[in-house]
Amino acid sequence: MTTQSQRPRVGLFVTCLIDILRPSVGFAAVRLLEAAGCDVEVPAAQTCCGQPAYNSGDRDTARALALQTIAAFDGFDYVVAPSGSCAAMLKVHYPRLLADDAEAAARAVSFAERVHELVSFLVDVRKLTALPGTFSGRVAYHDGCSGLRELGIKRQPRELLGRLPGTELVEMAETERCCGFGGLFCVKYPDISNAMVSRKTANIMAAEPELLLAGDLGCLINIAGKLAREGSRVGCRHVAEVLAGETAEPPIAQTSAP
Amino acid sequence: MSPVSPFTTRSATALANERLQRALADVPGGFVAGRARAKAALPEFEALRRTGRDIKDHALAHLDLYLEEFERNATAAGSIVHWASTAAEACDIVLGICRETGARLVTKSKSMVSEEIGLNAKLEAGGLEVVETDLGEYVIQLRGETPSHLIAPVIHLSTADIAEDFLRHHDHLPPDRDTSSPAVLIAEARGILRPKFLAADVGITGANLLVAKTGSAIVVTNEGNADLTLTLPRVHIVVTSIEKVVPTLDDAWALLRLLARSATGQEITAYTTLVTGPRRDGDPDGPEECHVVLVDNGRSELLGSGMREVLRCIRCGACMNHCPVYCSVGGHAYGSIYAGPIGAVLSPALVGVQEAGELAQVSTFCGRCEQVCPVEIPLVGLMRQWREVAFGEPGDGRSKLLLRVWAFLAQRPRLYHAAARMGTAALRAFARGRGTVSRHPLAEAWTRYRDLPTPQGETFQARWARRQREPTP
Repeated sequence: MTTQSQRPRVGLFVTCLIDILRPSVGFAAVRLLEAAGCDVEVPAAQTCCGQPAYNSGDRDTARALALQTIAAFDGFDYVVAPSGSCAAMLKVHYPRLLADDAEAAARAVSFAERVHELVSFLVDVRKLTALPGTFSGRVAYHDGCSGLRELGIKRQPRELLGRLPGTELVEMAETERCCGFGGLFCVKYPDISNAMVSRKTANIMAAEPELLLAGDLGCLINIAGKLAREGSRVGCRHVAEVLAGETAEPPIAQTSAP
Repeated sequence: MSPVSPFTTRSATALANERLQRALADVPGGFVAGRARAKAALPEFEALRRTGRDIKDHALAHLDLYLEEFERNATAAGSIVHWASTAAEACDIVLGICRETGARLVTKSKSMVSEEIGLNAKLEAGGLEVVETDLGEYVIQLRGETPSHLIAPVIHLSTADIAEDFLRHHDHLPPDRDTSSPAVLIAEARGILRPKFLAADVGITGANLLVAKTGSAIVVTNEGNADLTLTLPRVHIVVTSIEKVVPTLDDAWALLRLLARSATGQEITAYTTLVTGPRRDGDPDGPEECHVVLVDNGRSELLGSGMREVLRCIRCGACMNHCPVYCSVGGHAYGSIYAGPIGAVLSPALVGVQEAGELAQVSTFCGRCEQVCPVEIPLVGLMRQWREVAFGEPGDGRSKLLLRVWAFLAQRPRLYHAAARMGTAALRAFARGRGTVSRHPLAEAWTRYRDLPTPQGETFQARWARRQREPTP
């Protein structure tokens, strides 16, 4: 047992999409972090990681939001985000974004060292083995691009899912291929985004999972929205919901649980 | 609504073209699987990528020195080196050489630089007959198109498409002949090209690499057409760009090992030819004159910019093959000689951000291109840099305005959370208890193809704040 004084203070970076669309993922993250022996706080001074600005070429806004986020999480032992994409922004891109100002750069680097994506934090840092969740059924896991390629997240979610008795993980074809969300890309180039997500949903349906899981709500609302439009019965959830047992809410883009 | 961009129009056409979609569907099984096999068979592949990157970075950092060394050694070997700062200058130089030679027929092996500078049109306007001898380029020339891929110019076509082209253009052959398989089509093209190879006055090739130390140009093909193009005519002209130079043959071999594996999954291309000057005394064949035209066309400017890494490119096409956008719409949708991720970062430098800046927008930044690039070009970061350039330009009112409103809110946390609460409530009211919205006037681009998930209820921040106020039982 860890004593109170040894419990690390974790600041949860909620992410915009979870804040607005699916708070249950945030509560699932809190439950998992607590199960991993952390004290969790949610700074109210956080908003968005700045990725929409950064990837639109608006570097000034991205820098302002980077500084705001770093300040909001001052003093935490760790900063954890239930999203590979947002975590990569905080961990990989903030130091680059602030590189030309020595003082800000030093803060960005020390901040980045404390930032982790949720599932990789649970596995690699906290060595979590006992999970609150009890899901059983056939699941497929979609690797979000930023988490996969910028943070190297591939093994960790599979490892935790493997610890849920009764959960069968099937690997679908082209699991590392982009789903076509891409932040603003999906609304700037809807036709191409649709072609990409259609290929993704075809691969999902061919694997015949009960649930499609991922670590990024961006990918998930894109995939779930498409599956719903296609009339598929496959449910989509953030992997944290299943690991934490936060499955009272229906899957994404469905009205009732299957 | 913002006006529909030329890219959007072209990509919509591409997505609706069933034949194109069938052709593009073969890319993953072909090039992608081939590269994966080649990579798996070479344990040092990742280390070799870093070597390739370092070779190119070194050569680019000392480009002036290596180009001068190349010129000295190529001249010593009997080549005549020409410098062209623009596309027009390059075309004029080539046309001038052809005129001095009294040429009427020019054969060409595939060269992206010659596509970039519009060489064929210029030569034809000068009264020359120009024949592309790479099979794919030959088909492209018949169709009056541009290549849709760096190494597979007709990747957008099927065998049936090419058969139709041959039936239409080769009207001296019986119309009821067999055109049903690649093998018979290749034989037919060979029958047409062989006399052209023999009759050509000038042969034009590109160069995959230039070697400073030996003054050599290296040309690789899988068809051997470059060798017929450069050995049979009286004059050989190499048209290539300045960033192709590397210091030594060892450097060149390292890059060739990467090139073939990354491009097609081969260990080495079928033909790898070093050209070091014209025919020497005692040589049984070879041209009497060998010219090398070194084209700048915007590259010096890139060299001095923050985007120098673009010039590492060795034109393997791996970034295209692995790009989900390229594989959805094909090369022609890009409206540029260079397509895919490398096109998105190179084209704005060559033709301007007004003309080609949009190409850098057409990416989800999935990063697969960077992962496979044999010389580790940071393609995503470079696309982002072009987006920054474009963001600084005037225009594109609506999306920029929305971004500004969002940026204003995001920098004011209290206001932002209040706006998030209101937005959430509004969307829930619109959804009337359903889990999804299938049509929303403000999210048409989303709901055209997918349902929009409805927010679960209050925002996380609102719920969390309440939970903090009310002690849990």
